[in-house]
Amino acid sequence: MPDIKNIIAARAARELKDGQVINLGIGIPTLVANHMPPGVDVVIHSENGAVGVGPAPEPLCGDPDRGNAGGAPITLIAGGSYFDSATSFGMIRGGHVDMTFLGTLQVDGEGNIASYEIPGKLVAGMGGAMDLLAGAKTVNVVTEHCSKDGASKLVKKCTFPLTGAGEADVIITERAVFRRYPGKGFVLEEVARGYTLDDIAACTDMDYVVSDTVQLEAFGPEPGE
Amino acid sequence: MNKVFPSSEAAIFDIEDGASILAGGFGLCGNPENLIRALHKKGVKDLTIISNNCGTDEYGLGILLKAGQVKKMVSSYVGENKNFERQYLNGELEVELVPQGTLAERIRCGGAGIPAFYTPTAVGTMLAEGKEVREFDGRQYLMERGIRADFAIVNAWKGDRLGNLVYRKTARNFNPLCATAGKIAIAEVEHLVEVGELDPDLVHTPGIYVDRVVQGEFYEKWIERRTVRPRPQA
Repeated sequence: MPDIKNIIAARAARELKDGQVINLGIGIPTLVANHMPPGVDVVIHSENGAVGVGPAPEPLCGDPDRGNAGGAPITLIAGGSYFDSATSFGMIRGGHVDMTFLGTLQVDGEGNIASYEIPGKLVAGMGGAMDLLAGAKTVNVVTEHCSKDGASKLVKKCTFPLTGAGEADVIITERAVFRRYPGKGFVLEEVARGYTLDDIAACTDMDYVVSDTVQLEAFGPEPGE
Repeated sequence: MNKVFPSSEAAIFDIEDGASILAGGFGLCGNPENLIRALHKKGVKDLTIISNNCGTDEYGLGILLKAGQVKKMVSSYVGENKNFERQYLNGELEVELVPQGTLAERIRCGGAGIPAFYTPTAVGTMLAEGKEVREFDGRQYLMERGIRADFAIVNAWKGDRLGNLVYRKTARNFNPLCATAGKIAIAEVEHLVEVGELDPDLVHTPGIYVDRVVQGEFYEKWIERRTVRPRPQA
């Protein structure tokens, strides 16, 4: 059984460029840090007030005064720093964070993202996601293609409350990569190993066009994995 | 001038039913846990709490929620708390969800004499309903209001008798912002030091913001989730 979450994270990490400041959401986005391409050195921003986030601490070495936005202990690399929440979000809205990776409940063809509430069912809150969507230069939505009940998370139109309107730039799932271009909407650029263009069409409710240069077998588990 | 109070209970003596309270902390990191416990013990109710989160069922602000002391929460993220969910869905608890950066800036502005500001966050979402939208340089922004409250309760690593505060690592978060925006700001410190011991260049919250200082009696220092790197293979 291929590890879907890490397949998504590994493909997402290929979006990174050397020197970028990035913010990773909770869940699959956090795994992106484990797949840094060789030669790509990025600075990780954590919205609760740190830049230069390093690897998870050694067992029993966690410091309760040093966590990430998900409440997990972190380490800081040399050259990192701490700051208050207003400064942290000044960095985000001020355009100092290049790229963010977030999960979602729904994303649609206009780049709308709904990730924080299922009305009447789930009350959690948006945390820093709305600011990240509005402020980060590039928004990568990293998500399993379908929800547990098999429905496409890439929907015709978001029905849950929006976290951001028109903010999604790239959608990366275990099956495909879509990129949004002005005036064109989302373009299917890559299909993962094990899927065909027809498979993607069958499991995607969102409107998209297929790139003339779409890459098949672009990523995903190697044969036999 | 001596702002030091003998105990957390003494420091919150005038927080009464119906008070609005700004509380520092992010998740369970950097919470004014002793002042929260004192509020719990005092049993004050109908509180409006402005804080990024509301603790878990057993810890942090969650203990006030569990005891039914909170009328309204203003927060960005309130998952991880079953009492919250139950009270909210039953209509017992009023909730205002505010994006985290907007919340931080609203508190910063409240403390800095700025009544309102414009932010790109939440434009085009449900949260924009009823709010002024204005275009600057071709982009739309929402008007948001500064926040002030009756009291602010914050946690610092070190503080002196004049209320100068230094925070530690990511326990800083909302604490310095909250300290500026309460009519009365109460700081609990992990280490109470003498005036002159803190390097003025490294003070995060200048003492003029802080009205009361108390040596925190007891720190549990919860870690919400333990995530560590895997042990090396033997």
